[in-house]
Amino acid sequence: MTTFVTGFEIAGQIDAKFPGAVQDAQPEFAAVKPEKLIEVLTWMRDDDGHRYRFLSSLTGVDRIDWFEVAYHLESFQHNRKTTIKVISEDRENPKVPSAVPVWPGAQLQEREAYDLLGIVFEGNPDLRRIFLWEGFAGFPLRKDYLNMPGGQMAGLERFPGEPGVELSGRGTE
Amino acid sequence: MTLRRDSGQALRQDSGQALRRDSGQAIKSEPFVVNIGPQHPSTHGVFRLKLTLDGERILDADMVMGYLHRSMEKLAEERTYTQNIPFTDRTDYLAAMTGNLAYVMAVEKLMEIEVPERAKFLRTIMSELQRIASHAMAIGIFANDCGAWQTPVMHMFRDREKILDLFEMACGARLTLNYMRIGGVSRDIPPEWMPQARKLLKELPKRFAEYEDLLLSNEIIIARSRGVGVLTADEAIAHSVSGPMLRGSGVAWDIRKADPYAAYDQLDFDIAVGTNGDVYDRFVVRLAELRQSLHILEQALDMMPSGPVHERVGTATVQPWGQAVAPLAFRPPVGEAYGRIESPRGELGYYIVSDGGPSPFRFHIRSPSFINLTPLKLLSVGATVADAIVILGSVDIVVGEVDR
Repeated sequence: MTTFVTGFEIAGQIDAKFPGAVQDAQPEFAAVKPEKLIEVLTWMRDDDGHRYRFLSSLTGVDRIDWFEVAYHLESFQHNRKTTIKVISEDRENPKVPSAVPVWPGAQLQEREAYDLLGIVFEGNPDLRRIFLWEGFAGFPLRKDYLNMPGGQMAGLERFPGEPGVELSGRGTE
Repeated sequence: MTLRRDSGQALRQDSGQALRRDSGQAIKSEPFVVNIGPQHPSTHGVFRLKLTLDGERILDADMVMGYLHRSMEKLAEERTYTQNIPFTDRTDYLAAMTGNLAYVMAVEKLMEIEVPERAKFLRTIMSELQRIASHAMAIGIFANDCGAWQTPVMHMFRDREKILDLFEMACGARLTLNYMRIGGVSRDIPPEWMPQARKLLKELPKRFAEYEDLLLSNEIIIARSRGVGVLTADEAIAHSVSGPMLRGSGVAWDIRKADPYAAYDQLDFDIAVGTNGDVYDRFVVRLAELRQSLHILEQALDMMPSGPVHERVGTATVQPWGQAVAPLAFRPPVGEAYGRIESPRGELGYYIVSDGGPSPFRFHIRSPSFINLTPLKLLSVGATVADAIVILGSVDIVVGEVDR
């Protein structure tokens, strides 16, 4: 059975090695400061106590007030997995360092996150749109992409048929 | 084994010198760009491979995708958790059962739902049947790519058809199944399902022996695939490759064993592993997995417990046949979950972020077809055009899952 290393545990270990690198810790993840990210990820990949050699998944999330990128890491040797996040406060031009130097497997996934969410991965050797065409306006997975009248955002606020206002959306801006 | 890529370089230089010697002066030559696809049988869907060539050798390979991009991740944000299950059929349409399972498991993880024992077994059985159907297709199409035009595919289709009949008996659909539900499966199997499944399991070993006779020692397949597209174990792990492609490179990693879900912890099976990491090994791993799936199925059918197949979640609607299924209205707690399973193509993961509302705040599909394409350039550069076709065939992509 794969053990899930909680955000608190991994944050403690990162903090012991790189003091001040942890920005936030939750049960599900540990958030690392962008400027320390590559150092921390490289250490997690190479350190014998961790050996997170497999980048299982990389994806971006639009949290409305900030953007975050989640790295789901897997260690075959210890049969463990954990989640690291990096947060970009800049709402208009989010930028995080690229993980391609650590795991080449991040290449296509970073292109996907750039294409759909507009997160720029600094240092990615080939950051282009991947599913949409060059010249496509905007980033469709952002919550404010093509807002409905009244500034309503994507997502359901209530179930279809549930009493409430006509237009259902995830709150207003 | 980077030999092949290096020898490609050497060959290129040789042929250039030979030309110069013959004509007495340097010949001006330019790289030549060839598009394979978007409409081409060897791309297995609408996918474009842009190759830059020097004669027959590949200098650069670029993938152009997105022709089948339906923006499922955005659409899912506008629908309730149950309404999203049919989307998961339409990502990997050759393995809809495993797509369903990965998604419902992620939501169950988020909501901490325990599934009844019989539902666990039904999920395992359906996943393994789906694996046989999907691998049969992969092997058949791969033989197609190697030049055995249509005959092997028809052999594989004959058996896949019987598995689809079983799916039809269980849920009424053959391709986009929509069988799994959050908390179990949509309905129990009918009484005549078991005898038919057992009959199929008796037939399959003969069929598998036939495939192995037909394909494993086939001279053309060996010539086309041995030593082609070699991916070392370290390269495979670094490039996030999963599934038969990772195991073909000699890494014994299978989520069914490493992190058992459904009823896999109660069943006995082996992980099929290759040694060289070439195209041939990936193909052999898939053939070996057919036998392992059969072994799992035989045990699971014998061990199947009785009982309910669905846990009540939220406000369930009662179907005309009196069974409470398909919870429609529920709000998971705030949080996030990453659920993953071993689909026929590799690690299929769903990353769900909930803000406590009726629809997912973020719905991300970690699709193995897409991520397994990452090392395609590494494998193709230095190879010939004919090799590139076989290499792409060995990745076994489903374009619905690549583009989503």
